[in-house]
Amino acid sequence: MSERTVPAHAGGLPPLVAPGTGGGLRHVLKDRYLLRLLVRRELKARYKGSLLGLGWSYVRPAVHFSVYFFVVGVFLGMDRHVEHFPIYLFSGMVLVNLFTETIHSCTRSVTGNGPLIKKVFLPRELFPVASLLVSLVHFLPGFGIMLGGALAYGWRPSPAGLAGAVLGFAIIIVLGLGIGLLFAGINVFFRDLEQVVDIMMIVITWSVPMIYPWWHVRDQAPGWVLETYLANPLVSAVSLFQRAFWFPGTRGDFTFPPDMYGRAAISLAVAGLVFLAGSLVFARAQQRFAQEL
Amino acid sequence: MAIPPIPESIVIDAVSKQFTLRHARSIREMTIRAVRRQSLSETFNALDDVSLTIYQGETVALMGLNGSGKSTLLKLISGVMRPDSGSVRVRGRIAGLIDVGAGLHPDLTGRENVYLNAAILGMSEAEIKRKFDTIVEFSGVERFLDNQVRFYSSGMFMRLAFSIAAHTEPDVFLVDEALAVGDPPFREKCLKRIRELRGEGRTMVIVAHDIEMLTRLCDRGVTLRQGRVIFDGDPAEAGKLWRQDRQAKRAAIQAGKP
Repeated sequence: MSERTVPAHAGGLPPLVAPGTGGGLRHVLKDRYLLRLLVRRELKARYKGSLLGLGWSYVRPAVHFSVYFFVVGVFLGMDRHVEHFPIYLFSGMVLVNLFTETIHSCTRSVTGNGPLIKKVFLPRELFPVASLLVSLVHFLPGFGIMLGGALAYGWRPSPAGLAGAVLGFAIIIVLGLGIGLLFAGINVFFRDLEQVVDIMMIVITWSVPMIYPWWHVRDQAPGWVLETYLANPLVSAVSLFQRAFWFPGTRGDFTFPPDMYGRAAISLAVAGLVFLAGSLVFARAQQRFAQEL
Repeated sequence: MAIPPIPESIVIDAVSKQFTLRHARSIREMTIRAVRRQSLSETFNALDDVSLTIYQGETVALMGLNGSGKSTLLKLISGVMRPDSGSVRVRGRIAGLIDVGAGLHPDLTGRENVYLNAAILGMSEAEIKRKFDTIVEFSGVERFLDNQVRFYSSGMFMRLAFSIAAHTEPDVFLVDEALAVGDPPFREKCLKRIRELRGEGRTMVIVAHDIEMLTRLCDRGVTLRQGRVIFDGDPAEAGKLWRQDRQAKRAAIQAGKP
């Protein structure tokens, strides 16, 4: 052994540490290079060999939108109840799509990267976080189109509205990543969750005031249903987005749910708690990922 | 003048690891097995009270039959798995040739994969840029660098993966069954690279099924049998024990057959 040199380390030897403990979200944010490559891999791999490529992220929401617009807006006559119905619909839809896509892809993020997770130690939080970022990339084109449409309908930005939009966006991101981490961890042990999530998508789409105005619930359902309905953080987030991007362009005779900002603040706090719970569950679950996958 | 002691590189202290084999996953299967009074799961000890200290610069071969716990031990050292009891501690950066190719994505090009996989193995952006040409040259896939990896032959695929892993510069290098990669000339090249890394004073833990090669390459052999360390010392001696195990197993199979 004497003929070999021991690799020199600046400032002496690194300490003996337990491998596989240097993980966590903080570490993920420190190693942004790897995160960036993973996001790029995800996007490239998804659209590799397709003619439209990232263009598909325009087509999907466009079709989604047209279906709701014609069926609910025109055939069911919602555009007579809600002024500028397309913008009303679209401003909620971009946010809801961001949320559902985040949950959908986060849930599969760990199981989908099974071979890698079983072989190399990486902070496992990387995978749900990368899924969230991919969803954000898909969110941007829709958001841009929504802004263009709103401008065409006479919308002008206002500081108060934009502040509300930031709050709504924050609720979606924090809640989405929280539930995403939770589900990603649980899905390793119970693959049933993927099916549950797919069903949840349908429920989520109809449980927020995006296709219809919230006062339909007030007028048709008992009080406690309305209370439960309004307690949903997604309802607050969607209302804030409509307040920011749709409402200023209208005549202004629409009433938003009572105490919208108060509820939104509580929603953000709840989202924070969900996020905390999600990351704790994930951190515990990830210790057994390699043997369960 | 006192010679400073060689520092430990990997310290494994009284480590045990159990696995649970589930025979039934769905409610339907569970009910059927419960009605038939069959067990739903069984546990087995992959590692049983293993202690091992590896010093910096050592090249250690882990030997043993399939299922003796070699790969589990490597996974504990790399941090992919946690021990049920006992502790594993490692000094410095760990990288491994553990099933090379796990990080390669078939839909990305060779070039994209070099960047991605090197980052996965812990290299920084600057480091990858510096070593990019060396990695590509070593792998010999220059011409296909901008093709998707899914169109690579399996040999090219493995060569690229090996080449990336072999150019990370970890303090502790784990090699699992990766030396059976490619054609004989490439295998020679791999061995040469491993000797080079070894010459730089890196700690190495190698799992392979080629006793001859392990004996020549390593300066210490550890034989595992059913999750326990039964020998630790001269690699030739460790290899001999392993051969005995293999013959015993073969004899048992033959005795059971006729």
